Amino acid sequence: MTRDRLLQILAPTVVGLIVLAGWSAVVSWNAIPVYVLPGPAAVGASLWNDGPSLFGSLWVTLRITAAALAAATILGGALAILFAQSRILELSLFPYAVILQVTPIVAIAPLIIIWVNDAFLALLICAWLVAFFPIVANTTVGLNSADRNLIALFRLYRATRWQQLLYLRLPSALPYFLTGVRISGGLALIGAVVAEFVAGTGGQETGLAFRILEAGYRLQIPKLFAALILLSLTGIAIFALLGWISRRLIGHWHESVIPHEE
Amino acid sequence: MRSILATEGLGKLFRNGTKALDGVDIVVEEGSFVSIVGPSGCGKSTFLKIIAGLSEPSFGALKWNDPGGREGQISFVFQEPTLMPWATVSENIYLPLRLKGEGRADVASRIAEVTEAVGLAGFERSYPRELSGGMKMRVSIARALVTRPRLLLLDEPFAALDEITRLKLNEDLLKLWREQGWTVLFVTHSVYESVYLSSRVAVMTRRPGRIAADVPIDLPYPRDAATRVSPAYGDYCREISGRLAEAMA
Ligand SMILES: Nc1ncnc2c1ncn2[C@@H]1O[C@H](COP(=O)(O)OP(=O)(O)O)[C@@H](O)[C@H]1O
Ligand SMILES: [Mg+2]
Repeated sequence: MTRDRLLQILAPTVVGLIVLAGWSAVVSWNAIPVYVLPGPAAVGASLWNDGPSLFGSLWVTLRITAAALAAATILGGALAILFAQSRILELSLFPYAVILQVTPIVAIAPLIIIWVNDAFLALLICAWLVAFFPIVANTTVGLNSADRNLIALFRLYRATRWQQLLYLRLPSALPYFLTGVRISGGLALIGAVVAEFVAGTGGQETGLAFRILEAGYRLQIPKLFAALILLSLTGIAIFALLGWISRRLIGHWHESVIPHEE
Repeated sequence: MRSILATEGLGKLFRNGTKALDGVDIVVEEGSFVSIVGPSGCGKSTFLKIIAGLSEPSFGALKWNDPGGREGQISFVFQEPTLMPWATVSENIYLPLRLKGEGRADVASRIAEVTEAVGLAGFERSYPRELSGGMKMRVSIARALVTRPRLLLLDEPFAALDEITRLKLNEDLLKLWREQGWTVLFVTHSVYESVYLSSRVAVMTRRPGRIAADVPIDLPYPRDAATRVSPAYGDYCREISGRLAEAMA
């Protein structure tokens, strides 16, 4: 392991430990009651005790997130490809994609939950709405960013539109698309959580957001913290997984993912 | 000698009102190595693009000797290597044939042949980022040659390379031209390079570009390091430099 790599792991770990120790000290010195701010130990105990039941809820939220991200990836990618094929289509639809993006999801979520009967589907649509824009926007830029001279070369060799898309525009867009997917991974999780907050109890199955609300109402603050930690870890895991996929797909050629030489 | 193409009063007026070319007359003989030298911005790239069919002339005529015209006969090498970074050396060289619908297996020997010819054997599976500037340019040349073109257009291909790499690529390009016998239209801003390589040098005026002088270079081929120090080579360089100075005045 190189010094740099060691530092990359060591430095955040040390910061984390210091924060945990400080947190613990503040709570015990000031005798802060556990229903206001639990210490790390109480949160750890709750994570251990409530973990299994929280995992069930995490699974619900995760399913919504994954489905929304998949839908955003497929539909966002497809829409961007359509935009690249037709300027008219791009000009007429892109502004509406922007409008959807800038309208806060908390404001639309109640409507969607009223309109769509199926709870899972309603939440999925909310999460999808948040997740799909970065993919559309990034992929559109990527598809249009193909090297001008390569485009000229394709014209010289009488490439069809289809060949140009397949062999030039799509590979050029791949790094942009993957960046979009990475941003959307985090957003899909946020979208799912926000939608769950708005929906309240999501029928028979309840997601992690509802467990956070519930724990708040019941002043089970350690459990609330445990749920929050699970949520953050999930976000980090999603980001790391998508980063790993990205490196696997374009690591051999794209600058953004090539490690700097010593 | 039979000509491959001729232009008569060829001109280009861009939509924004820039007149890039104004009455270019040139005849390119089959199998010749013609260089075009001229000040920056005089329309050299525009001229090559018109020859390649990537841009339409605004006036004048471009005449091909063959009734088929330029179809399938031309390759282009840009100043930048213009490679697909996601593709290996072999895949980059395969591109023009792939676009023609040729199967990879059917043309494997052709790809191997040009790869070898430009001195890239052993680098087939490398990605462009792993190659030096000179090697990237070799890939670009191999990709141009794989279609077996009759006319090779090169737009300041070696301008971004260091002097040593540039001299080596000059020699190798000349050797390939002598072996394979295609016609070359070579744009450069280096007088020395143009004289060393060419059987003819055309000097262009400032924008809007015209051909100000058309000088046959009667130095015997094969040319080598001895050519560069011969008195005749020095005379030609002086002559072209003088013509260029006149053309820029
Ligand atoms: N698409 C274009 N539209 C307008 N002007 C252009 C365009 N392409 C080139 N020009 C102008 O035409 C002139 C000749 O350009 P170019 O052929 O690239 O010159 P050179 O290759 O000799 O340096 C320049 O002044 C350039 O700015
Ligand atoms: Mg130029």
